[in-house]
Amino acid sequence: MIKKRRHDIWLFVAAMLVALPFVPLVLWAFAGEWQFPELLPTEWTLRGWSYLGGNRFSEAFVNSLVVGVGATVASVAVGLPAGMAIGGYAFRAKGLVVFLVLLPVMVPPLASTMGIHLTFIRLGLADTLLGVFLVHLIPTVPYTAIILASVFADMTGEMEEAARTLGASPFRAFLHVTLPQAVPGVAVAALFAFLVSWSQYILTVLVGGGSVLTLPMLLFSAASGNDPVITSVLAVVFALPALAALVAALKFVRGDANLAPGRPT
Amino acid sequence: MRPPGARVSGGIKVALLLAPAMLIIGVLFVGGLCASFVQSLGYFPAIGQTGVSLDAYREVLTGSGFLDSLFLTLYIAVASTVVSTVLAVLAALALRRSSSRLSAVVFQVPITVPHLVAAVGIALIVSQTGLGSRLAAALGLVGRPADFPALLYDRYSVGIILTYVWKETPFIALVVLAALRGVASELEDVARTLGANSLQRFRYVVFPVIAPGVVAASLVVFAFTFGSFEVPYLLGRDYPTILPVAAYNEYRSTELSDRPEAMAINVVIALVTAVIAAFYLRLGRGFGRGK
Repeated sequence: MIKKRRHDIWLFVAAMLVALPFVPLVLWAFAGEWQFPELLPTEWTLRGWSYLGGNRFSEAFVNSLVVGVGATVASVAVGLPAGMAIGGYAFRAKGLVVFLVLLPVMVPPLASTMGIHLTFIRLGLADTLLGVFLVHLIPTVPYTAIILASVFADMTGEMEEAARTLGASPFRAFLHVTLPQAVPGVAVAALFAFLVSWSQYILTVLVGGGSVLTLPMLLFSAASGNDPVITSVLAVVFALPALAALVAALKFVRGDANLAPGRPT
Repeated sequence: MRPPGARVSGGIKVALLLAPAMLIIGVLFVGGLCASFVQSLGYFPAIGQTGVSLDAYREVLTGSGFLDSLFLTLYIAVASTVVSTVLAVLAALALRRSSSRLSAVVFQVPITVPHLVAAVGIALIVSQTGLGSRLAAALGLVGRPADFPALLYDRYSVGIILTYVWKETPFIALVVLAALRGVASELEDVARTLGANSLQRFRYVVFPVIAPGVVAASLVVFAFTFGSFEVPYLLGRDYPTILPVAAYNEYRSTELSDRPEAMAINVVIALVTAVIAAFYLRLGRGFGRGK
């Protein structure tokens, strides 16, 4: 009993440390007047939240969402077959393929994006939403491929074989047996692809050239400025989809769900 | 050898499955890296430069700023990785017998929160008018904000490292927790029955089980913090800057002739992290199935 309680104390400490950076964000988001050295705001307002009604915010929000959803759909669409191949099949060039998939996870995408910028300018992709979407695929595709590879590696294929033995066509066996088994993994992969795209700042700035406004750019310029109220409101709004997605994923992925893939977002 | 469950493949089917992902990684990532390399040699047909030279590398490597940047980048990456790793192992050891679902959720929060949000939150705690300073004032430790130590834009990059530690510790801890909840606890019970003390149990039972995961996860964190841009750009000093920020500054320079230098810095970053990636792959053998 005592032992159990000791572990709960550590869990409580860990939860407090995790929550710590959110404390000033939430306080500032509603603070009207908060002079040093007051520990709590002396006046509360919703001034920061009215900023969300502005055009710049709507534009940034929509752009972030469009690019994020687009990158998610595209990277699951290409990461799913790649994950199946890597996780489920034995083939000769596998070492090379795994290396190629892991390379963008280790080597910063910044290095390659500066390189392709010139080509993007020539193709008319620079400063466009399409161009930003394309460079977001550099970090998201390897991510989904890696997560889905481990999902398919954990499957034995016995169920699919059983379905085939019972007369299902390869396509039907895949659609009705293998794919449903992979659904939780696909959800986790999709969540992470979205979060990676949603958090992306530098690739957007490089290729978007300032014409494609996204939420991280608003947050960045606010954070470099001098208004902690606006900064905190933006930060809270920027973090919300991440937390909502986490809650959704936890509901979806039962049991001891481990959402940690190959790299911190 | 064919592992159980791996379907024997026609090469064509595997190739078709891999093609879209390989195309994207090949064109956008590998192609971009190659373009970076070519441009680092000064080859820019678009602006009429077709000569090839190593001038940019000479400029970059002999410039005083480069070494300062390299050291700062290494310092931040090493410090963040070491602190995160130690904290993560301690946290995992402390939490392994608590409700697994709850601790997993607690650790997953920082993993999903964008770095930018973490940086802003940490900045509002450690800045000289931040929560930490106000708390110190309430305790009578500081009178004016300037009495509180500068932890932002500071020599030791404390704010940057704290942000990374908050973000990456849970990531490593989850990996360690997963390892601990597997074999380790049973083996440990056996060792305890056989009379091993807690230090011996850690050294000979727990450590070997978690070591591969710890090494792999901390190398990922190292590579990530080495090449990451946002947090140091926001919370770091103007000089020296970390290498990715240095590359970005050169790139945004109005002088087109600075571009090869930006690319040369990129190539250096890519080389350092590729070496780490190769190391990582050696340690992370057994990824996927059917090796």
